[in-house]
Amino acid sequence: MDGFMLQLLGLQLFTGVALGAIYVLMAVGLSLIFGMLTVVNFAHGAFFMVGAYVGYLLYQYVPNFWICLVAVPVLTGLIGIVVERYLVRPLYGRGIDYPLLLTFGLGYVMVEVIRIIFGKQGLPVSTPDALQGAVDVFVGPFPLYRLFVIGVAVVVLLILWLFIERTSFGLIIRAGARDPMIVRVLGVDISRVWLVVFAIGTGIAGLAGYLSAPMQGIAPEMGTNVLIVAFVVTVVGGMGSLTGAIVAGLLIGIVESLAAFMYPEASKVSMFIIMALVLLVRPMGLFGRAGLMS
Amino acid sequence: MTTRTMTLDKTKTPALFEAIRRHRVLATILFLFVLPWLTPNYSVAAHILIFGLYALGFNLIFGYMGMLSFGHSAFLGIGAYTAGILIAQHAITWWLAIPAAIVVSAAGALVIGALAIRTRGIYFAMVTLALSQCVYFLIYQMPASGGENGLRGVNVPEVNLFGLTIDVLDPINKYYFFFCFVAISLWLISRILASPFGHAIQAIRENETRTRACGFNVENTKLITFVLSGAFCGLAGALNGINLSSVAIETLHYETSGLVVMICLLGGMGTFFGPIVGALLFLLIQDVFSLWTEHWQLYVGGIFIFFVLFFPKGVWGTILEKLHVD
Repeated sequence: MDGFMLQLLGLQLFTGVALGAIYVLMAVGLSLIFGMLTVVNFAHGAFFMVGAYVGYLLYQYVPNFWICLVAVPVLTGLIGIVVERYLVRPLYGRGIDYPLLLTFGLGYVMVEVIRIIFGKQGLPVSTPDALQGAVDVFVGPFPLYRLFVIGVAVVVLLILWLFIERTSFGLIIRAGARDPMIVRVLGVDISRVWLVVFAIGTGIAGLAGYLSAPMQGIAPEMGTNVLIVAFVVTVVGGMGSLTGAIVAGLLIGIVESLAAFMYPEASKVSMFIIMALVLLVRPMGLFGRAGLMS
Repeated sequence: MTTRTMTLDKTKTPALFEAIRRHRVLATILFLFVLPWLTPNYSVAAHILIFGLYALGFNLIFGYMGMLSFGHSAFLGIGAYTAGILIAQHAITWWLAIPAAIVVSAAGALVIGALAIRTRGIYFAMVTLALSQCVYFLIYQMPASGGENGLRGVNVPEVNLFGLTIDVLDPINKYYFFFCFVAISLWLISRILASPFGHAIQAIRENETRTRACGFNVENTKLITFVLSGAFCGLAGALNGINLSSVAIETLHYETSGLVVMICLLGGMGTFFGPIVGALLFLLIQDVFSLWTEHWQLYVGGIFIFFVLFFPKGVWGTILEKLHVD
């Protein structure tokens, strides 16, 4: 009996990591966009949802999971480019609240447009054949697809890390996050960098939406909850910190699924308790820098 | 350039606007008094009244103190559920249930505010949003709230006051019943804003560091303002529950928090009349567009984006700016 409990606990831990992987992807994009553009993207949940629907639509024409896996973030990122260029850009220098309000309104519009095209009802999405079934993960059988989601998240984070830390464009991104004025003085077109960062962030959100579609189906409202979780993760981890987003995303995913196993009523509220504790002890978040917000 | 036009135009401020500015409570009350005859039907007028009050409470935090909260649906919801549960399940009269709703939502605002004001700027919006979502789950799971189905039977059929019995089922009587609460709230809010405390609130918006350096207790001022704001929103929630005879779980939803942000920005944040103008515009747009299309949210969202891009001061704020009224 004890061994059985331990096995269940272990499996629940894996489920938590898979859930956390989606949260991490969302929070990383949100954090990246904030760190560079000081824009809190309230439409991030809507991009997550649009990613899932773009994947659904694309799959009708190109029934190949792997092609869609690459195409969805690119297409969502393209939408992100249009949004940054024509909606967010006019608001730079107008205070931190306005881009936030704009993206909030945009989220409203995006959800409604999806409702008009695909209807209000949610749609089921099947797991690709190659990723069906379960694999043994020491503690017991675990759905292959969820393992795959964890893998994709790790690969995306690795690529992102290499891109930011090891390429010359990444150097510009890091410099721009510290002092956009100096970067501009040095002759870099910083608005182009911001465009790319916004596209990367929203593209990753779209990818996260596409990945989570087979696990929960798709619905126009699917982004709202994820957006709030992504906020909690960035608050816990510290805004603008990629390490913070990863650690906090996994932490919250694991705690949520362990709570669902041991005390289901507390599952939804658990992350808010973590957030409240972190706010009491370290208001800037676990990996945040003090003064970043002022 | 700007100073010259300012001084020139200062004298040209129309007398009407000058009067509205000076007697803002009276002007607003007069406007709300005649509102039922300006709207398509009485129920829209009651909605405007209640959401105007919701936005007035929110404006204290957002417009006057400059802190964007995305969690005010929590206070609207706490107020609505408190009054609703007391009236529907415990048969308590309205004159006890409404004050109870105000007290409980103020207490909720104290807890949420104590956590949220530890953060600033963008963080504040995210933390209030997350905590209001927490309230949503807590109330959703509470047996007395009715969960997904919401609360029914929040009926206040008649109001007995000083030996006078008023039939509140009559829409126009109901409107003026709510109107009394809103009028008192307007007067209170105006007094709060005109007091030294009210000036401290606005000083925090203008320059927090300097306010602190002047010896004001910024944290306490923020917390008290947050609690006051929550109390007014709680009152709005209680009135909304009575108005609809029910409380829906959507009251606590994230979109209800967003709604009040939109109303405030549309009308003009940080202006006394703005929230009422915003509620009027928003609910009229919703009323008209929902007759014509079920996707009214698309148009509301579009109009909101348009205002953020081109008229960030809102309708009333832009009018005041054009007329150079402070």
